[in-house]
Amino acid sequence: MSDPSPWAIEAEGLGKKYRGGWALRDCSFRLPAGHICALVGPNGAGKSTFLGTATRLVQPTTGTLKLFGVPVSDPAVLERIAFLAQDKPLYPRFTVAETLRLGRELNPRWDQALAERIVRSGNVPFTARIGTLSGGQRTRVAFALAFGKRPELLLLDEPMSDLDPLARHELSGLLMAEAAEHGTTVLMSSHMLSEMEVMCDYLLVLAEGRLRMAGQTEELIPAHLLVTGVAEGDDGVPEELRRRHTVIEARITGRQFSALIRPGGPVPDGWETLAPSMEEVLLGYLRSPDAPGLIADEARLDGPGKAAA
Amino acid sequence: MSVVEFRIDRRSGVATYLQIVQQVQQALRLGTLVEGDRLPTAAQVAATTKVNPNTTLKAYRELEREGLVEPRPGLGTFVSRTLARPTSAADARLREELRAWMGRAHTEGLDREDVRALVNSVLQERYPDG
Repeated sequence: MSDPSPWAIEAEGLGKKYRGGWALRDCSFRLPAGHICALVGPNGAGKSTFLGTATRLVQPTTGTLKLFGVPVSDPAVLERIAFLAQDKPLYPRFTVAETLRLGRELNPRWDQALAERIVRSGNVPFTARIGTLSGGQRTRVAFALAFGKRPELLLLDEPMSDLDPLARHELSGLLMAEAAEHGTTVLMSSHMLSEMEVMCDYLLVLAEGRLRMAGQTEELIPAHLLVTGVAEGDDGVPEELRRRHTVIEARITGRQFSALIRPGGPVPDGWETLAPSMEEVLLGYLRSPDAPGLIADEARLDGPGKAAA
Repeated sequence: MSVVEFRIDRRSGVATYLQIVQQVQQALRLGTLVEGDRLPTAAQVAATTKVNPNTTLKAYRELEREGLVEPRPGLGTFVSRTLARPTSAADARLREELRAWMGRAHTEGLDREDVRALVNSVLQERYPDG
């Protein structure tokens, strides 16, 4: 095989049009291998459509998508990825052991020992039928199937959404540990912004079918400031704020304005500034779909060459 | 088995990698980590705290830069230096002097916050930005 591509995902002008309009539009970015990436956006933003194009379930209308340098139009891409849909579709009448056998028979790179270890560490009985398992146990078996495939890229659609807090904590830990152990690149959609903050080191933000933000969290989040100060001017937001900085979102309360900005230079002393959390930045972008997006150089197709290891 | 477990406070506003760096330094000062101990692997940290493995590796690189740990390829990251100092006679004498000083402060009528402010201001003078 040739040199492995440093990019787990490269999308160029990717779009999908349904009868009702564009679900995904003009989406261009790349994700370096080895990251745990959050795919964030409100419902209907295009997250599932994007995951569909990456798993060959959705045929893009425009553009191209490559995974590890292989175009998704090539079926060879399938053995390098694993996808876990939100409802974790498993055969309810199969036992856990039969489900793993299915994985073994269908996947050339199958790692039975790994799949069994994941099942066993949750004390899930191999003889139990899938339909009788709890939500947490079913998710664990689905993870065993996904990791047993030994994928280079794991795509997850809302993996923890139907789990109780205990199962969520346990399975998030499992996901992170296995990804770390095998160097798996992970892309997961989620609405749990505060949890994503510790788990993910890369961000893709979609809103209304368009890419709003892409890049490493440690680069994107610190590029923002929360500013508060005395309201002035017509709409309360000081002219200077709009002129010198990029305003993502602004709010007026009485005589005070507060705004999320990308500073274009030093901020005057009269204003209070605070470093926002990832959740605060994401909420700002999700509330303001018209604000200018932020794509880090590294995430641009024409960005600097190879990703630093 | 690993010797320490990290606790990540998501609301502290301190970057996660920095929290790990500080907790290792603290453990070294307290002596709960000593030379030769192996730090938990990035996968172990991820399993218990959900922290992204690249974040843990970044913290370990920082600790390595400070000369506190060293990676041994294939084996893990090991503590190469300890920060704990044995309590010496000098420590005991200084402690006694501080106790006497606080006794005087108390008789002068300073309350807890006055003393704290005074100590902090002298501390800042002698050890800027600790």
